[in-house]
Amino acid sequence: MPEVDGRIPFRAGGFAPRESVPAGAATLILIVLLWQGAASAGMIPSLFLPAPFAVARTLWSLAISGELWRQASPSLYRLAVGWTLGTVAGVALGFAIGLSSLARSPGMAVVSALFPIPKIALVPLFIIWFGIGEGSKIATLGFGVFFPTVISTAAGVDAVPRNLIRMAQSFGLSRAAILRRVVLPGAWPAILSGFRISVSIGIVLLVAAEMIGAQRGIGAFVLQAGNLYDLDNLLAGIVLLSVFGLVLAWGIGRLERAFLRWR
Amino acid sequence: MKAASSVRLEVCGVRHAYRDLLVLEGIDLVAEPAQVLVLVGPSGCGKSTLLGIIGGLLAPSGGEVRWHGEVSPDCLNPLTYVFQDFALLPWRTVAQNVALGLEGRMPRAAVRARVAEVLATTGLDAFARAWPRQLSGGMKQRVGIARALAVRPACLLMDEPLSALDAQTRGLLLEEFAGLIERVGTTTVYVTHNLTEAVRLGHQIVVLSRRPGRVRTILRLDRPITDRRADDADLLAAEARLWALIRDDAAAAEREIEHA
Repeated sequence: MPEVDGRIPFRAGGFAPRESVPAGAATLILIVLLWQGAASAGMIPSLFLPAPFAVARTLWSLAISGELWRQASPSLYRLAVGWTLGTVAGVALGFAIGLSSLARSPGMAVVSALFPIPKIALVPLFIIWFGIGEGSKIATLGFGVFFPTVISTAAGVDAVPRNLIRMAQSFGLSRAAILRRVVLPGAWPAILSGFRISVSIGIVLLVAAEMIGAQRGIGAFVLQAGNLYDLDNLLAGIVLLSVFGLVLAWGIGRLERAFLRWR
Repeated sequence: MKAASSVRLEVCGVRHAYRDLLVLEGIDLVAEPAQVLVLVGPSGCGKSTLLGIIGGLLAPSGGEVRWHGEVSPDCLNPLTYVFQDFALLPWRTVAQNVALGLEGRMPRAAVRARVAEVLATTGLDAFARAWPRQLSGGMKQRVGIARALAVRPACLLMDEPLSALDAQTRGLLLEEFAGLIERVGTTTVYVTHNLTEAVRLGHQIVVLSRRPGRVRTILRLDRPITDRRADDADLLAAEARLWALIRDDAAAAEREIEHA
């Protein structure tokens, strides 16, 4: 028979990932350094992939000449307007689906039918409907943001514990008060995590829409650079998009920390 | 802080079924003003269902619940519940949870004053800014009580308020409840499966039978709640008598397969 003797070892460690902002930043910096190192050592020809230093220099000269702002400002405007419109409409329909039987099945049917359509395929249609100008780009973006927002909001409303709503009813709170004091705060976490996804979708669609019939904007800029095989400018535009994404994700993180202190 | 409200609750021929499953039948009861009516019975006998019907959270399949009496003008929610699972809003601090039933019904300054007063009576002063997740079960239920008392209820409806707590906390809170209930003097309906709680708090102890729940017996204890001690001989005797009544039903209920 096997014998046991000695101290019982700890055996329940693992699967508890911790967050570390410095580790994340260090990883990005390390990748850039390796890339630059390989380029400097001649392992990556600049016609194949420009070195980070060259991209940075391009970004810098774009910034100084004012070209950077000339291209970025229309994109930021479209992103802000399109995302806001899509989000407001999406949150509204999400709440309707979560709260009313009248909206639930019809709303979900429409969302399920339209969500899978690649919004990029609709750009020509939107150009016919809303014109070649800002309208079609904002519509593409807003439309793309709308559906995931509906789904995350409706899921958030569904996830509000029923016993809390019952409690609020037992205190005689009006429907409006229950909505404001119970349903909305209860759905906030899901809505905010939906924002993380919808912002990224927004950036993707922004660029796609700007590649079709835009004079200015990062999408048009990247497309033009690509047509000319101007890799420095192409990568400068891509880095700019990545920075957009990082800044917005950081902003949403701050919102989460401010609104969800109770967790 | 004796309440000015004085309400009598009458349960008249209440019957309730969830689809085909009859859970309550022929319930007639009277909860007297400023007294505690305790509902006891084996699990699944419909105690909590009956409490939900009394407070208007559930519509009975038959019969009705009536109330008579006077409700004080400063009462903001006449029929007020305390829940087994506390039902605190996790995104509100203790003080904000207690303020839930007051907001929009009183000026802000009055809300603050009322919250401070109730937190003091329930021993929660130091916890006003804490989040629910930071509290023990006992403290959470003290918040549940504070939230209920804050609206100056005419009737207090308590649904197994101590059942989610450990035995030691339960003992401590039971004594606090006894003091608070006596002091606010509201009509109280208290659901429990714990017979010690029943004899410690009840003026009337209503024993329900196994499903479908019917009133089997009503035991009356007239001694004022504040005069009672948990280990008084008459209370222990009453508890033993109740247990003798419930025992077979409880054993049978425990062996029952849950209806889907």
